[in-house]
This record gives sequence, C-alpha cells and structure tokens, in this order.
Amino acid sequence: MKILYFAWLRDKAGISEREVSPPPGIETVGALIDWLVAQDDRQAEVFADRSVVRFAVNQDFAEPDTPIAHGDEVAFFPPVTGG
Amino acid sequence: MIRVQREAFDVGREIAALTAGNSRIGGVASFVGLVRDLGGLRSMTLEHYPGMTERQLKRIDDEAHRRWPLEASLIVHRYGRLEPGDPIVLTIAASAHRQAAFDSCNFLMDWLKTEAPFWKREEGADGERWVAARMDDDEARERWRGTG
Repeated sequence: MKILYFAWLRDKAGISEREVSPPPGIETVGALIDWLVAQDDRQAEVFADRSVVRFAVNQDFAEPDTPIAHGDEVAFFPPVTGG
Repeated sequence: MIRVQREAFDVGREIAALTAGNSRIGGVASFVGLVRDLGGLRSMTLEHYPGMTERQLKRIDDEAHRRWPLEASLIVHRYGRLEPGDPIVLTIAASAHRQAAFDSCNFLMDWLKTEAPFWKREEGADGERWVAARMDDDEARERWRGTG
C-alpha cells in the first residue's frame, strides 16, 4: 500500500511517500491511521490533531470509515486551499 | 476542459481558442485569481496532488456542464512558486446566455476552492507558513447546494 503526505503533513512526516504493509484487520482509513500512529513517534506527531487531517483513497476524498485494501494509494493532507 | 500547469496563461488567447468556431455562444464570463499581498508577502508556492488534481478539476467542470447549458468551459490552475500579482487560476464559461456564463464561472471558482487538492505556502519577511483553509470558502461552496 502506498502512502502519500502533502503540505505540512509531509514536513512533519519527513517524507512524501512510503510503502507500508499493514497487518490483516486494518480495513479502513481510520484503522490505518491508528496503526501508523502506533508504529513510531513521528507518525504520532503527524496525526496528533486528526481534526485537521483530510485523506484520499485512490485519489478520491475519503472518510475515516472508507475501506482500504492491498495496493491502494492513500494520501494524507490538510484541508485544501485551491483557487 | 481543464489544465494544470506551472506556466502563466494568456486570458485573451484562452478565450479566443475556447470560443473559436462556435457561433452559438452569446456570452463568455472569465475570472482570474491573483496572488494577493496584504503586506510583506515575497512569494507563494502552490503544491498539488498530481493525478487527483486533474480528476477533481474534471469533476468540477463536468458538474458545471450538468447544471448549466454551457457551450464551453475551461479551468487552468497553476502550481509552483508565484509572486504577488501573478495569476494563479483562470475559469472561463461560455453559454448562449450571459446568466449561465456568469453563474457557472462563479460556481467553478467556489467549488475548486474546496474540492481541488492544492496547498499554499507563503514566504514573508518573517519566514514561511502554510496557508490555512478558510471557513468562508466552505460557506461559498455550500450556497450552491440547493441549485442546479
């Protein structure tokens, strides 16, 4: 599974993308975040305030209960500021 | 049509290309967003999510065509480092009638503020900071909920 970080989430993560292999049972974006946060302090810092984190699964805006599967592209970013 | 690019754009040229050969068009509305400096801004760098950006802009453009009888439309959004006064975004809507052109051009801007994955980083005299999303952009998007 490919994970992408944008804007200040990338600054905090220290990387723009990475491959991860979450264990069986991690089936939603929310569960993936819980799992990432448990991996290391840096991820805990990235997701410290989840109310300001938005996400996309396979380039579509997603919600915490959006299902994820092996091979998906999951992106994390702050609220968008286009225009 | 939609385009995401680093380069600047020429509004006159874009309108001419968009309307060429279509004499059903009776009105064209366009909007250009510029980098604003309310004091001390040196530059603004726009980052986006390649792939998702194009998908989202296409959806917004499709939605405008679903809601209004448009003959043609265009969204051009820039990314990269821009300076105060530089153009960031262009929306153009062409229709047989002016009201559809005005309204849909407005709609395109309101929607892309909240639906297109762009982020802005400002560089000022005192350093750099990420620009936070604005609540009134969400409200501007919401006012289209009951229409179309």
